[in-house]
Amino acid sequence: MTQASPRSIDKKTIDKKTIEKSTLKQNALPPSINHNNKLSYRGAFNLVVKRDLTIALRHKDDILNPLLFFIIVVTLFPLGIGPEASTLSRIAPGIIWVAALLATLLSLDRLFKADHGDGSLEQMLLSPHPVFVLVLAKIVAHWLITGLPLLIVAPLLAVLLHLNEQSYGALMLTLLLGTPVLSLLGAIGVALTVGIKKGGVLLSLLVLPLYIPVLIFATSAIDTAALGLPYGGQLAIIAALFFGSLTLAPFAVGAALKVSTN
Amino acid sequence: MFKWLHPYANPEVSYNFCGKLQPWLFRISTIFLVIGLVWALLFAPADYQQGDSFRIFYIHVPAAILAMGIYFAMASAALASLVWQFKLADASAAAMAPIGAVFTAIALITGAAWGKPMWGTWWIWDARLTSELILLFLYLGVIALHNAFEDKNLAGKAAGILSLVGVINLPIIHYSVEWWNTLHQGATVSKLGAPSMSAVMYWPFLICLLGFSFLIAALVCLRFRTEVLARNSMRPWVRELAINSLRSEQQISCNSQQCHSNNPNQGTK
Repeated sequence: MTQASPRSIDKKTIDKKTIEKSTLKQNALPPSINHNNKLSYRGAFNLVVKRDLTIALRHKDDILNPLLFFIIVVTLFPLGIGPEASTLSRIAPGIIWVAALLATLLSLDRLFKADHGDGSLEQMLLSPHPVFVLVLAKIVAHWLITGLPLLIVAPLLAVLLHLNEQSYGALMLTLLLGTPVLSLLGAIGVALTVGIKKGGVLLSLLVLPLYIPVLIFATSAIDTAALGLPYGGQLAIIAALFFGSLTLAPFAVGAALKVSTN
Repeated sequence: MFKWLHPYANPEVSYNFCGKLQPWLFRISTIFLVIGLVWALLFAPADYQQGDSFRIFYIHVPAAILAMGIYFAMASAALASLVWQFKLADASAAAMAPIGAVFTAIALITGAAWGKPMWGTWWIWDARLTSELILLFLYLGVIALHNAFEDKNLAGKAAGILSLVGVINLPIIHYSVEWWNTLHQGATVSKLGAPSMSAVMYWPFLICLLGFSFLIAALVCLRFRTEVLARNSMRPWVRELAINSLRSEQQISCNSQQCHSNNPNQGTK
């Protein structure tokens, strides 16, 4: 991808622009919202998820780039630390999880930025549907776009890092329960910084401290699994974090969005 | 029920109230700190294991306790501002954030200085050190968010939401880090139950804690007043205040320098 010729890049960017225009036209007036105000909560939720997924599928770079970043960060560690299998397998859970945190952080920006730019975010806040449902839908779409691919690539990277064979299940389960927490908590930070021009660095300062509990329990679960011990306790705590943030974070995101769009 | 509170929603009233409160708070804190620190550093007995180096405890522990306390105070101010729309609560939260960050830094630095003779290293990835470090990051996040917005009202609201999120996360982070790794000595001082230190050491500590608390209250008053002035700089009462202070300054300088009658500023009102 990086070795594409200049001409093809040009073509690509032009294609992107035309696609953007067409998406703008389509998304400016979603017919079902305007003509049918009695849309159910589930209908509104599905509509927003579908819309975000459609936009993301038309900009495949948005899905691929965080994923490539995740892979590249993970490959940097063996180069920096040395190729001994024993060392790598010892630190593999930490590397994979830290890389997942950073990749999520990188992808968070696209959660609200484009919508804020073209005004559809304000329309969403003005719509008769509860902000909670719409925000939750956007976060779910974000997780499907960025969290799920991480989950799919993770076993491959675990092989590269010689992760202990017993801990593959733990790795997948912690990623399954943990990456939604990252999206949910990160959404609060994005919502707070979406109105600021240079919000990117600020976002990492706001969000990364909140990610620490997930990191601790996830890596601990994987380490425990490597020893052949039960890791249900750590998983239960990550699940508790997941459900706690699932119920509370959208409220904070809604309030923050109202502040940011003013 | 809270009728007596209503007048303080007016920036001018609370500005003047804090102005009256501030010198008293400074005096009280000076008295407590002088008594407490002199007692603690000179007269309290040395620890039988740690020797004299344990005396940093009298600064380290109050700073660590109050760093956490200021965060909770800031979050409750943010809650008041978000729920009841008190604009002044925003100003007080903005006033508290840097003070809290400084006290967290003091706790970290004194902790490192204490750790060197006791544990042999400046820094250890111990639970309480780590959670204090994370508290510092949370403070810095709130301050950075405050500075990122041009509009101070928006900044206050955004930072308020962040501090509320932080206050929910703080116990989670604290216990997860504690569970992760702990080396720190157990809590010496707790409200419930008898303290695990002798009264001779305990009393100077309490006096120091009170002294630092009053110091923080005084500093918050100071910063709160400047914050109120900055936010209301276009209001008539602030302008009047500025003009009055300018005049009194001129009078002082006139008295001391035998002012000439053709002072250009004299005629302007």
